[in-house]
Amino acid sequence: MIPTLSHYLAVAAVLFTLGLFTVLTRRNAVAILMGVELMLNGANLNLVAFNKFVVGGLTGQTFALFVVVLAAAEAAVGLAIVLSIFHTFKTIDVRAADLMRE
Amino acid sequence: MRTPKKLLAWTVGSAAVIGVVGILSARLSPAMAAGGARPLAGPFTIADAIFWGVAALTVGGAAAVALSRNIVYSALGLLAALLGVAGLYVFLSADFVAVAQVMIYIGGVLILVLFAIMLTNRIGEVNISNASMGWASGGLLSAVMLALVLVVAFEVPWNVRPSGGNPTTAPIGHALLQQWLLPFELASLILLCTLIGAIIIARKEIRAE
Amino acid sequence: MEHATQELGPLAVHTAGYLWLIPLFPVVGAVINSLFGIRIQRTLGKKWNHGIAVGMMTLSFLVALRALAEMISLPASERFLQNTLWNMATAGSMRFDLAFALDPLSMMMVLIITFIGTLIHVFSIGYMAEEPSYWRFFAYMNLFVFAMLLLVMGDNFAVMFFGWEGVGLASYLLISFWYTDIEKAKAGMKAFVVNRFGDFGFLIGLFLLFWSLGGVWQPRADARSVRYVPEIGYKSDSTALNPYESTGPRTVTIHGHAIPLGPTLNFRELRDQIVVEGTGVGEHLRHQKVWGVMLLTLVAMLMFVGAMGKSAQLPLYVWLPDAMAGPTPVSALIHAATMVTAGVYMVARLSYIYAMSPTAMGWVATVGVLTAFFAATIGFFQYDIKKVLAYSTVSQLGFMFIGVGVGAYWAGSYHLLTHAFFKATLFLGSGSVILGCHHEQDMRQMGGLKKHMPITAWTYLIATWAIAGFPWASGFYSKDEILWKAFTQRGMELFGTPAPWLGPAVFALGLVTATATSFYMFRSYYMTFTGKYRGGAGHAEEHDEDPHSAHAAPHHVTAGHPHDNKDPVVHGAHAVHGAHAAHTAHAAPAHAAPAHDDHGHHGGLPHESPRSITFVLVTLATGAVLVSLLGIPMLWSHHEPILEHWLAPALPAEVSFAHFSHATEWLFQGMGVAAATIGWFFAMKLFKDGKSSVPADLKARFFGVWTVVYNKYYVDEAYHAIVIRPALFLAAFLSWFDQHVIDWFVNFVGWVARLLAAVDDAFDKYVVDGAVNGVGGLTREGGRLLRRIETGRIQTYLYGAALGSLLVVLLNFLFR
Repeated sequence: MIPTLSHYLAVAAVLFTLGLFTVLTRRNAVAILMGVELMLNGANLNLVAFNKFVVGGLTGQTFALFVVVLAAAEAAVGLAIVLSIFHTFKTIDVRAADLMRE
Repeated sequence: MRTPKKLLAWTVGSAAVIGVVGILSARLSPAMAAGGARPLAGPFTIADAIFWGVAALTVGGAAAVALSRNIVYSALGLLAALLGVAGLYVFLSADFVAVAQVMIYIGGVLILVLFAIMLTNRIGEVNISNASMGWASGGLLSAVMLALVLVVAFEVPWNVRPSGGNPTTAPIGHALLQQWLLPFELASLILLCTLIGAIIIARKEIRAE
Repeated sequence: MEHATQELGPLAVHTAGYLWLIPLFPVVGAVINSLFGIRIQRTLGKKWNHGIAVGMMTLSFLVALRALAEMISLPASERFLQNTLWNMATAGSMRFDLAFALDPLSMMMVLIITFIGTLIHVFSIGYMAEEPSYWRFFAYMNLFVFAMLLLVMGDNFAVMFFGWEGVGLASYLLISFWYTDIEKAKAGMKAFVVNRFGDFGFLIGLFLLFWSLGGVWQPRADARSVRYVPEIGYKSDSTALNPYESTGPRTVTIHGHAIPLGPTLNFRELRDQIVVEGTGVGEHLRHQKVWGVMLLTLVAMLMFVGAMGKSAQLPLYVWLPDAMAGPTPVSALIHAATMVTAGVYMVARLSYIYAMSPTAMGWVATVGVLTAFFAATIGFFQYDIKKVLAYSTVSQLGFMFIGVGVGAYWAGSYHLLTHAFFKATLFLGSGSVILGCHHEQDMRQMGGLKKHMPITAWTYLIATWAIAGFPWASGFYSKDEILWKAFTQRGMELFGTPAPWLGPAVFALGLVTATATSFYMFRSYYMTFTGKYRGGAGHAEEHDEDPHSAHAAPHHVTAGHPHDNKDPVVHGAHAVHGAHAAHTAHAAPAHAAPAHDDHGHHGGLPHESPRSITFVLVTLATGAVLVSLLGIPMLWSHHEPILEHWLAPALPAEVSFAHFSHATEWLFQGMGVAAATIGWFFAMKLFKDGKSSVPADLKARFFGVWTVVYNKYYVDEAYHAIVIRPALFLAAFLSWFDQHVIDWFVNFVGWVARLLAAVDDAFDKYVVDGAVNGVGGLTREGGRLLRRIETGRIQTYLYGAALGSLLVVLLNFLFR
């Protein structure tokens, strides 16, 4: 089978869903961040695939680049927060960080 | 004790995914052959084989991220998934984005993730460090989402048109500094803020007293 | 004098690959002296520090001479040397290179900077001989020259602005060179901050100009020119991979030359676009308006704000007199010869923009003449010799702006040239005097110095002749030309209304100022060099036996003024002597040992300065006379003045002047000389030999006026009053308002509330409580339920988001 747009979209969908699943089920904050990265990658794959097959030009790729940059920023800040949580609660179980609730 | 349950989940999940993709592909093929710009029928080349291999790598890596109980394996799975996505970018003739993906994600984000893992776990307990919760509801929601997106991906008659595979690095450079100059500068500002913010958040509190 | 203007073509460019050497040498010297200077000074001696600095300056001057030779060999219309090093940045339609260019105007500036700069470096060898951080001084001086060369040689606004800020930095460093003295550090800071105000205007003007050139050009029917279609923003074309190449025509070909159009930072491209008729850009800009004001007027006036800061014009001149806190060679280099002329240079460089806006011309000329007059009146009563020269500089800069304001760009530039020579002579002469009198700057403590330092006296006199405007020295030719052009300029406007009277008015006030200039300059000459020496005589005897007594000299000069008893000269200064003593004590640099014992002189009697200083003085004074050859008026020789002819290709502005007969012109020249003579006459009557008592009488009679002017019209105090006091007052008022009005109001409200509460209480207790308790219970129960949702866990929220999106998709399917 020769890959078409739909196949790329399928791969992207699987990536996204697995990312969603990771975020939904994990208690480890680092794992949750990994899930977010997977979701972003899925979306990015969609952008580039549509750019190639439907839109043309460079807009999709440029946006994918911006997403990559923002994902890097998000990862840096997110992991910094994780470290901060670890310093505070001595664990990175997200259930522990619920001070705001009380 | 838990292994049969997990095995069952794997089997059911894989079967469902393969089944949906297979059915949808089969339904799709005649329609695309009739109206699509790119011929669907044709020999199965080595390039196609590589595509499927890369796609499998991506999906397998992502599955490892989602399902592995050891967080270090999760991180390795993320490596595989990110590499696979980079490979798919190459297939999509987005060479610059592929390289950026490798450099930023694998060279930067993944390393950060590994650092975070090492800094927040004692090595002795990594194998139980990735506990999870809510398998049933999370899996159900994800499955519904997957099904929905797959249906969209295969059922919508996309207006596909051919496009060349030119190198994109130079044009992206031009586009970034002309058409997208403002977003580009804003992105650099965001990165600066991130840099400062991450340092401020992550450093240990220095208590005065 | 008016020559028929033919249609100007684009500039022909000659590449000269060695131009970058001119600014390179000074920066190399600065780097060497700043990195290794202190080690060189310790191990090899100060000789090497100044050897490097002066050597680099000389090399730079020699390369400039080479460029001059090449330029002279070219035909007049092709005198444009250019040297592009590399591209520094390209973003959208903005692109700038590190590139240098020399046209006749910048060639003149480069020669002034390198020649006079070299001489001032040589002067500094003698002047700063005892300075402990000798290396730092020469590093700063070289850095300053580097920045100044960038400013005048820059091929585009970016390089020019780099130099523009660079000279600001270097002047800050040099003014507060003796930074341990808080007053001097403050003076440097003041110069820096005031200049930032100006730079702000300059930048806004630049942005406005850049913005106004944007747009798309379409070919006209005749195909020889283009039509300008202004367009805000960028029209993207998503199909093209490289949108840069897909927009309309970017060049237009006229007479076989391709002229690039569109926003540019490059001076030559800007000039070609605006000056060459066929492009239509000049015509377009002429009709462009922003908020009802002609765009070019706004651009020119905003850029002139930058010039006001840099060139010390009203009201931003306040930094320059304070900047005299720096060492005297700095005053000569920065505040007389080069940096302060940057504003004049900028206006001349952009003459084609200024010439298109009569309002901007009137504005520049008005500010110029007001500054000239204002500063000259302050100069009347100053006793600090450097302060006199500082205000004189402000005043002469005003003259230059009259020149470039009324459209006599070459005359303004010529005055810049002559001023560089005679003001450098005056400043260095004053430096020599200050050195000879052991760091005494007060003219009341001088007098009779002609006997002791004849070379300094003679060069100072020559330069005074030049600045006053006598036909045997250079200032006459430039000042006279400026005033004559001001008189014949009838096309200026004042804020949009035609004002043909403005030119003659500027002339009249300028003539008065010229008289005043002559008066206060001869006053400073007579007070310093004639009569009896009023300074610290007697130290010589006291300290004869101590060969290093000069180290202690400043303390002796400032400590007690024992000469007051020995030398009872009746003088206007006497009344304020006590106050002055304190002033001097503060002015004497605490750690700059002024000793010159190696010349065999000791504290006490003034002495002539070392050879390195007198050599420079003589050279500069000779120059101050000789540059008059460049500007012999057409009236005398029936030839265009050499400098006007030389600068013509670089000043493509078209300005028309009214015509008058030769007799009128002779008359006006006579008036100029008469003005100078009147000033000289009164100065001689009043101040020669320090004998006349008239100044003291006049001062006693008009003490109020004298006080106001002596205190510089209280402008510094006014800045305090206008800017600082209101801020403090506002704060105090708000505090009072807060304490009284708001607090009272709050208390009142509280009282009313208490009253109401008392009334309410009864009602509340019996009627409302039931309802409230019910509502409260309801809320509490609801809160308990809702709290379950707010888990503080992202998973829960993500469930919500995902389910929500699924719901939206589902609804979309159902109700399509």
